[in-house]
Amino acid sequence: MHAQWNDRESLVHPASAPDYIREEQLRALQLQRLRAITEHAYAHQELFRQRMDERGIAPADIRTLEDIQKLPFTQKTDLRDTYPYGLFAVPMSEVVRLHASSGTTGKPIVVAYTQDDIKVWEEVMVRSFACAGLHSGDIIQNAYGYGLFTGGLGAHYGVEALGATVIPISGGNSERQIMVMRDFGATAICCTPSYFLHLIEYAEGMGIDWNDLPLRAGVFGAEPWSNEMRQYIEGRTGIKAYDIYGLSEIVGPGVGMSCGTKDGLHIFEDHFMIEIVDPVTDQPMPDGEEGELVITTLSKKAMPVMRYRTHDITSIIPEKCECGRTIRRINRIARRSDDMFIIRGVNIFPSQVEAALLKVESTLPHYQIILTRTGGMDQMEVQVEVTANVFSDTVRGLEAVHKQLSDAIAHILGIRVKLTLVEPNTIERSMGKAKRVIDKRS
Amino acid sequence: MKLKQLSVFLENKPGRLRELCALLADNGINIITLSLADTEQFGILRLIIKEYERAKSLLEGKGFVAKLTDVIAVEVKDEPGGLSRILQIEQEAGISVEYMYAFTIKSGENAVLLFRFDDMDKALDALQASGMGVLHSLELYQRAES
Repeated sequence: MHAQWNDRESLVHPASAPDYIREEQLRALQLQRLRAITEHAYAHQELFRQRMDERGIAPADIRTLEDIQKLPFTQKTDLRDTYPYGLFAVPMSEVVRLHASSGTTGKPIVVAYTQDDIKVWEEVMVRSFACAGLHSGDIIQNAYGYGLFTGGLGAHYGVEALGATVIPISGGNSERQIMVMRDFGATAICCTPSYFLHLIEYAEGMGIDWNDLPLRAGVFGAEPWSNEMRQYIEGRTGIKAYDIYGLSEIVGPGVGMSCGTKDGLHIFEDHFMIEIVDPVTDQPMPDGEEGELVITTLSKKAMPVMRYRTHDITSIIPEKCECGRTIRRINRIARRSDDMFIIRGVNIFPSQVEAALLKVESTLPHYQIILTRTGGMDQMEVQVEVTANVFSDTVRGLEAVHKQLSDAIAHILGIRVKLTLVEPNTIERSMGKAKRVIDKRS
Repeated sequence: MKLKQLSVFLENKPGRLRELCALLADNGINIITLSLADTEQFGILRLIIKEYERAKSLLEGKGFVAKLTDVIAVEVKDEPGGLSRILQIEQEAGISVEYMYAFTIKSGENAVLLFRFDDMDKALDALQASGMGVLHSLELYQRAES
């Protein structure tokens, strides 16, 4: 099993070798890299050095992997406060690329890569595609937006390094996406899951039959999505939907990837060290327990990020995966603590609403949550687009659908919220990350 | 002997019905009759249209959710007792009305009642066995046009 990548018959790319190394070897490699990156960050990142000094910790204090807990956390605000170049740890002459994340509020954050960092990113993208069974000969339509966003170029160079064919179509223009998908014979597509939902409708509107297309895999990421959504996509199109995880602050896409064998996402642990902490007490949580994912970049030179608080809620899956990879998995990230909102004292995540809607027999993927405040009381409304499947010509029939959906939401959230059936295409379609919550309070 | 009815989902918001009617009018599609069922939440517009397939694809092209359902059209004299007679026949056959609406045709004397029953086949049999004037779609379109 360990030598799967050596098997000439195997389709797994040689770059995937680290996915299969023995655990002791992996941990030894992690420790060696953790010590080196701590030295590097301490020497070249002022903020990190200050915080280490305040705590009276030196890089030499890192002797075991557990010692990572002595290091200070990095928060998203640290990346904003040092905008644009404050966390760069190499001279500008060694930085070959910049990316930036679109901050929803205020300034964006800027990230940098050396030539070696770019190589590592390509490698983890190759390993991600290999998880989806993609290889040389595949034609991969890259519908992530090209530009400052890491998704576009990250996937692009990953496909080239894999030796497959990339169609650099970028996001948007759905009609052209479908035409290219069909005419160029794309076997896989990369985009956000919400954009793919939009493409599904668009293609069906054009009279496309998914069975006639060679498309067999989707590499979906850049936003949280539920397992029910995955099943919906697979059931509707017959392709296999994979979940790719990443964030600009760490590298972009390619931090982890689902393998389709078992639940969860493999994390490329030789480059990204993961911990789960209690988001309130900051204390480490044991494997299997849910908490906030914390990531340390083990090999990134231009801008090492130590113990980054992702705000993504998940848990580490300790069991070995049947696919043979020895790197550990985390559970699908369906929730970000940033997305959480509170209504009448109840913590709610948009993905809970999504799961409830999709559990109702006739699946309804297009929804939006609207929060308002009237007379000091918070109100939550869920708008759901009616589809031909659920539409009934009788009032009773439609009211039954309405009740089923309301009940499913109330069951999951524990509170009753207003549910409104709306006409198709009234909820804005996103070409990138979907906007699920509109907060009109305050 | 069943007739195709085009049903459309409408959100309860101003101007939506007018948009739909304008779309049909601009494409030269005549509505023979219609009924609108509405609740606080939403509306269901039920249309009898000769070119229902074309109307359906036009509406779907504009983002409406529309579907075709069967209804039964019965022609009765426009006088007291016409509807009551039909309801009695169906009641005796153990069939319930899901919804109904009516219109009078141009020639004046007769009314056309449109029904959706819970069991359409059984309802049709019962009506025909009782000698009620169930209209074929072509007859209905002719009556409406004459």
